[in-house]
Amino acid sequence: MAVAAAPAQPAAAARAHPVARLIRRRLAIGVVTLFLVSVVVFLATEVLPGNAAYAILGHNATPVRVRALEVALHLNRGVLGQYWSWVSGLFTGNPGHSLVNGQPVWGYVEPRIINSAVLVFVVGAIGALAGVALGAVAALRKDGWLDHVTSVIALAVTSLPEFVVAIALVIVLSTVIWHVLPAVSLLAPGSYAWSQPELLVLPAATLVIVIVPYILRMMRAAMVEALESDYVEMARLKGVPEWRVVLVHALPNAIAPTIQVIGLNFLYLAGGVVVVEYVFNFPGIGQGLVSAVSDRDIPVIQFIVLVLAAFYVVMNIITDVIALLATPRRRIAR
Amino acid sequence: MSHSEAPQAEAEAGRPKARLEVAGLEVRLGRSGPDVVREVTFAVRAGEVLGLVGESGSGKTTVALALLGHARRGLCITAGQVLLDGADLLALSPRDLRAARGARVSYVPQDPSSALNPALPVGAQVREVLRVHSRTAGAAGDRVAEVMGEVRLDPPPEMLRRDPHQLSGGQQQRIALAMAFAGRPSLIVLDEPTTGLDVSTQRHVLDTVRSLCRSHGVAAVYVSHDLAVVSDLVSEVAVMYAGRVVEIGPVARVLGEPVHPYTRGLVGAVPSPERAEALAGIDGQQPRPGRRGPGCPFAARCGHAIADCATQVPEPVTVAGRAVRCLRAQGIQATQPERLPLVPGPPAAAGGPALLVRGVTASYGHRLALAGVSLEVPPRACVAVVGESGSGKTTLARCVAGLHGNWTGEITFRGRPLARVARRRDKDTLGRVQYVFQNPYTSLNPRKTIGQIIGQQLEELTSVSRRDRADRAADVLNDVSLAPDVLSSYPDQLSGGERQRVAIARALAVNPDLLICDEVTSSLDVSVQAIIVELLRRIQRERQFAMIFITHNLALVRSIAQTAVVLRRGEVAESGPVEQILGHPADPYTQRLMQDVPRLRPSRTHRPPGPRPA
Repeated sequence: MAVAAAPAQPAAAARAHPVARLIRRRLAIGVVTLFLVSVVVFLATEVLPGNAAYAILGHNATPVRVRALEVALHLNRGVLGQYWSWVSGLFTGNPGHSLVNGQPVWGYVEPRIINSAVLVFVVGAIGALAGVALGAVAALRKDGWLDHVTSVIALAVTSLPEFVVAIALVIVLSTVIWHVLPAVSLLAPGSYAWSQPELLVLPAATLVIVIVPYILRMMRAAMVEALESDYVEMARLKGVPEWRVVLVHALPNAIAPTIQVIGLNFLYLAGGVVVVEYVFNFPGIGQGLVSAVSDRDIPVIQFIVLVLAAFYVVMNIITDVIALLATPRRRIAR
Repeated sequence: MSHSEAPQAEAEAGRPKARLEVAGLEVRLGRSGPDVVREVTFAVRAGEVLGLVGESGSGKTTVALALLGHARRGLCITAGQVLLDGADLLALSPRDLRAARGARVSYVPQDPSSALNPALPVGAQVREVLRVHSRTAGAAGDRVAEVMGEVRLDPPPEMLRRDPHQLSGGQQQRIALAMAFAGRPSLIVLDEPTTGLDVSTQRHVLDTVRSLCRSHGVAAVYVSHDLAVVSDLVSEVAVMYAGRVVEIGPVARVLGEPVHPYTRGLVGAVPSPERAEALAGIDGQQPRPGRRGPGCPFAARCGHAIADCATQVPEPVTVAGRAVRCLRAQGIQATQPERLPLVPGPPAAAGGPALLVRGVTASYGHRLALAGVSLEVPPRACVAVVGESGSGKTTLARCVAGLHGNWTGEITFRGRPLARVARRRDKDTLGRVQYVFQNPYTSLNPRKTIGQIIGQQLEELTSVSRRDRADRAADVLNDVSLAPDVLSSYPDQLSGGERQRVAIARALAVNPDLLICDEVTSSLDVSVQAIIVELLRRIQRERQFAMIFITHNLALVRSIAQTAVVLRRGEVAESGPVEQILGHPADPYTQRLMQDVPRLRPSRTHRPPGPRPA
């Protein structure tokens, strides 16, 4: 009896909760990452040919005017000094001024961050739900018509770049066939996307179409595996009704690996919005980045890249935490 | 079996009616494909256990699942009846069948670690079986507490909230038993529930099953490939081969004095912890469904086969108190198969030990796996290392082979200290110490042919020229009784036993002085295990190398080793000559291990009254 009854000691109980430990460690790594990104971004924009003063005044500017502007922009300080004034500005809520129009960067970027965030989270939520649901149903009806249709469409869509999907949607819904939705998402500067929700539809639809196949395929594979597992067979042999076998036994185990893919797709969205926002002229962070690059508006570029990096760091932590919580084997160390 | 009226019917006259009656059960691949099992007929009375035994692939699990009206993907139950208290489970609607599962008939899986849902606390999984059969939450909670006591798992309430991975293997199997007994079923089907458990844990689980079946009048079907376990537990036994029941009757008859040549082969292959005996395996393989041909499916492997066996399917006949499907049944003496005592090998040769292990301490991270282990392997001798899982057996072997580097102490091979890890050892040393792994399904590269696998070994560790490698490989395959045409096969074209022979041939190809065999038979059928053990013993005698034979199966030790080392939690509990360690263990731990080893002793179970067969 001694061997059989000796309880497995919950060894982790004495130490910090593994989730708390993971968050702490990841946050520390995230801060280091952001610091490195800030250095790289700063140096990269520094080594670009010419400096901000030339960029503003153009190549025909007189040396006197350039010198004066350099002093005004603190470009005469050393590299370290410039980096310091930039970073300390970030911490005090003043990421500088746009070189193009002299407006504060924050005022220019803030509504764009909100707009992009709305787009990303609308797309992420719809895409995750649709992908999980379609994947689960495809697995339940494995080799049925729905399974075949979704897998063919998923394969086709994953082989198309997002701007092709976007243009196809524009052709079908805005120009050639129907005219039900606006082809471009023009918004007054500084206004928010939800004031005209119809402008969100096409960019969101494009991104949903792009991310759903990945989530669907992962979910289908995980669900097929779960449905073939010993514990699902055991549940059926216990007389558990089929709906309960699916919802209580198979689904939670299939979702755990899918969460990682959903998280990866959120990360993709942070980059995917750049192209799609540009195609639809949607006033978000991606479109802002593209126009800042073409204008050589260095403070805006620096700030937006940092924001995107921070999003990556935070999303990674959130994904790992959720995945950990969804996997009991890992949740509590043996 | 349907035709076994005479003696059994008489014996049953005064006894309670059967709780489970299975008649003419047939399962096919697809609706009309080849049969996987057919003409399976047996009965079990309340409170009794029927053992269903046979090699892997004989259809045991298929029958077990069919008793719950379940067939795995691709299989169909195409004929037969499963009468439980007189009502046919196979005739039920899906809805009624669902209501019966878990309530009237329940199942205990082979591997609870994969059959328990990793995402649900174990208490919820036990409670579920009650809740889906419409017990109120309160009543279910009471019953869960009660059944936990019945399976002798006296948990602090918080254990029910644990996830499966937080329990030991024995605890997991008790949870599975609790799920099965919770609904107070009439029939319980146990599918190899103790495979993979340590002998002591296995003993507790078996005791629990036995007492629960008796005290609650449950009929049980116990599927196992382990005849020793079955002989301890059951009252009747059915031996399956190629989807049919080839011999069925009281356990004392079937396992004590088997008649069917297959049963005789199985019984002869079971190692004895008491006596040093040569093991006799059964050569060849079971024909797969669809390739069973006309005639008796065992004929090709049978020493008693006559011409008719190849063409005529034997019908069951009653011989000496049991039913047998064999044309030669009348001509075979119902006796315990004779076993040859082992001829003791030559005395250990003089000279220094082949391997000397002194005070080896090893750990994985912060967990100590070995604490100061010492042992000595004389040249040309075999040392058995035994102990429960987690006792450090494999770690010790990995340290010697240089596969685990985190150890301190001294390992001396042929008088010279061995480098800590394999990559610091020279080719000569690597070739002289060879390792055969536990699982032949994962130890051979699936992308290489057997010829390439052995050829690579020769290329890396010897100077055999490219041209001679194929010949050399064919030679060692011949040594392990494999034909040279295996050279061009891939591992997945071979059976488990054949793969393990290939793994042994790979080790032998470089003429080792020390062969480390790490649980090499634990994933094989007992009939194949006997062949592998005999093979190792013969080759060791011929080639005169030293051997470390790691096993959790104490019964095997006498058949191969001269010295035994008992490990307990990383320390040597006891070591010495095999006769002394197994015959007169001094350490309480060894005594308990020996006591818990299941023994093939059908004669100890009660015998039904009646004249003894001639």
